[in-house]
Amino acid sequence: MDILIRQQACRIYTGGRNFDRNLPCVVLIHGAGHDHSVWNNQARHLAHQGFGVLAPDLPGHGSSQGTPLPSIDAMADWLLEMLDALGVAQASLVGHSMGSLIALAAAARATERVKALILVGSVAPMPVAPALIEAAASTPARAHAMINQWSYSPAAQLGASASPGTSLLDINLRLMERQAAGVLASDLRACNSWTEGLARAADIHCPTLLISGERDQMTPARAVKPLCAALVNAAGGARMITVAGAGHAMMAEAPDAVSDAIRGFLRT
Amino acid sequence: MTQTGLFGAETLALHAGQTPDATHGSRATPIHFTTSYVFPDADHAAALFNLERPGHVYSRISNPTNAVLEERIAALEGGVGAIAVASGQAALHLAVTTLMGCGGHIVASRSLYGGSHNLFAYTLPRFGIQTTFVDPRDAEAWRAAIRPETRLLFGESIGNPALDVLDIPTVAGIAHAAGLPLLVDATLVSPALQRPFELGADLVMHSATKFIGGHGVAVGGLLVDGGCFDWEASGLFPTLTEPYDGFHGMDFAEESPVAAFLLRARREGLRDFGACLSPMNAFQILQGLETLPLRMRAHVDNTNRIAAHLAAHPLVEKVAYPGLDAHPDHELATRLLPDGCGAVLSFDLKGGREAGRAFIGALRLFSHLANVGDAKSLVIHPASTTHFRMTAADLAAAGIGEGTVRLSVGLESSADLLTDLDRGLHAVGKLNKA
Ligand SMILES: Cc1ncc(COP(=O)(O)O)c(C=O)c1O
Repeated sequence: MDILIRQQACRIYTGGRNFDRNLPCVVLIHGAGHDHSVWNNQARHLAHQGFGVLAPDLPGHGSSQGTPLPSIDAMADWLLEMLDALGVAQASLVGHSMGSLIALAAAARATERVKALILVGSVAPMPVAPALIEAAASTPARAHAMINQWSYSPAAQLGASASPGTSLLDINLRLMERQAAGVLASDLRACNSWTEGLARAADIHCPTLLISGERDQMTPARAVKPLCAALVNAAGGARMITVAGAGHAMMAEAPDAVSDAIRGFLRT
Repeated sequence: MTQTGLFGAETLALHAGQTPDATHGSRATPIHFTTSYVFPDADHAAALFNLERPGHVYSRISNPTNAVLEERIAALEGGVGAIAVASGQAALHLAVTTLMGCGGHIVASRSLYGGSHNLFAYTLPRFGIQTTFVDPRDAEAWRAAIRPETRLLFGESIGNPALDVLDIPTVAGIAHAAGLPLLVDATLVSPALQRPFELGADLVMHSATKFIGGHGVAVGGLLVDGGCFDWEASGLFPTLTEPYDGFHGMDFAEESPVAAFLLRARREGLRDFGACLSPMNAFQILQGLETLPLRMRAHVDNTNRIAAHLAAHPLVEKVAYPGLDAHPDHELATRLLPDGCGAVLSFDLKGGREAGRAFIGALRLFSHLANVGDAKSLVIHPASTTHFRMTAADLAAAGIGEGTVRLSVGLESSADLLTDLDRGLHAVGKLNKA
């Protein structure tokens, strides 16, 4: 569906079911240079299992108008406005990579509105290699190649794709190429400069899950641990799940494992 | 070939899309000879139908062996995915019917495989889809033929059998300026010699029956989605940008901006038209695909030698092969086909139709049959076989003379092939003297 937020059309994918605000709401937040379609499988699964799903294209991404917001805090503000615009009082937030920082920032700010927090492929802080930011700004094709190299497990780099007949790496390239010039660089800078993650983590009181890929080179499982430890106030203590064999692009590489982890956590 | 992704083409041809099977460790791709797949439980079954979980349900829609072939060709072409179908013709039909229905219009090169020409000129009009054929070298003609109801531009990388090189960047530019996609039939070049998506094409089809299989044992087709075309921005493709009652009310472009075409083609086209590929054929085509880059180098090598030999022969009027300096598209070919122009060439013998018959009759290694792209060398006389439905004027427009002979050069020793051709030319010499 398309709705207006701040006078700009925003594309929100709802997982193949019409959004129903009376159902428990889950927001799926994509990462840098991406759009909602990274969540296709998980969104459809949750939407068919009793959740109201909102997977927005962030401003300036995918089919949403505007320019990319310059900081994680600005993106978190926008996300909460999206919930206002849809009359959603409370939601669980699920974010991947940059999206996980947005989810963390939003949850720290609006503690009463966030029912549960799930951080997928997440580390905080999230320093981005200067070479990658530079490439994203000057020669996007080089940046896209670096991202593909680091985002997929060694096995997934050659296939076989979990989705029959598709080439996951080419899908990711096309998705990144489709974003307007400068979007990826802007997103990566936003990730790089948001250094408050560990401090904000202490403000999180809701149940929190970290999902990491065993073969993730972008946000390696060992680098997730400090964030997990910083989530000291998360209800019941932050939990961590490692997806066997998967790289950073785990929603595409291991769609069922990620869907099951999210749904299992939200049901508890 | 230049490498654009993480792996070179030779590696992708052997590995892409397959990991050794988890149960038995089989290194080769297993042939999944099954129509259907057991659901672990009722919830999983429902989830597969709702596309909540990826997986196989029924082999008309997808099959694990076919999926390896699909993923491998997608990786080789640099596309987001592919659909394996029963033949090259089925791939073309699937592309057309995914994009348009009754009232649609296609602009196509007039230099096409005869079967494709039949489909456009005679069969699709019966279903309300019209085609305008244009001289593929005439950019203005492509542009001028586009109408409000046009939904597709179509041409062959190298036209069969006139061997004209499609200026993909130019035709793609014309298509995109009109909000239309360009479909390229890359059968004669294969991804080992050209990657049409990098040149601007939006969709690619192959008759896998030809060089991709390479062995001449299995008929099959492949349709590859480049994932670049913006269906929403075009606004001309309601099949991809409006909810489809026939499949979960899905708006394919919203569902997957980069793979909308692929999704609809599989979920509607394979489901309803049903031109699926047998997993046995998929396996056989995979066996060929493994050595495609190696074979294409050898094909090109032999073809260059034969083209030069024929061009220098006094009994040969002219040779059509873009690899030759004299070919009108030679300069274009050096840009678009730097690794070679494939293994199909045609030439006109002095002496017309009778000379053609005498030539073919004298050959021993070249098999006289209606195919191209076999590892074995092939020969045919298009005017009396593949293109026999075309009028003399249409034939001439497609660059085919009464005495045109088409060769598909195989992988035999080039010396033996030259000896065989000389045998045929000797027969023509005797005929012409008599
Ligand atoms: C260029 C080209 N395209 C398409 C086809 C049709 O393929 P198939 O015979 O696999 O249906 C052929 C077959 O000769 C061909 O040469």
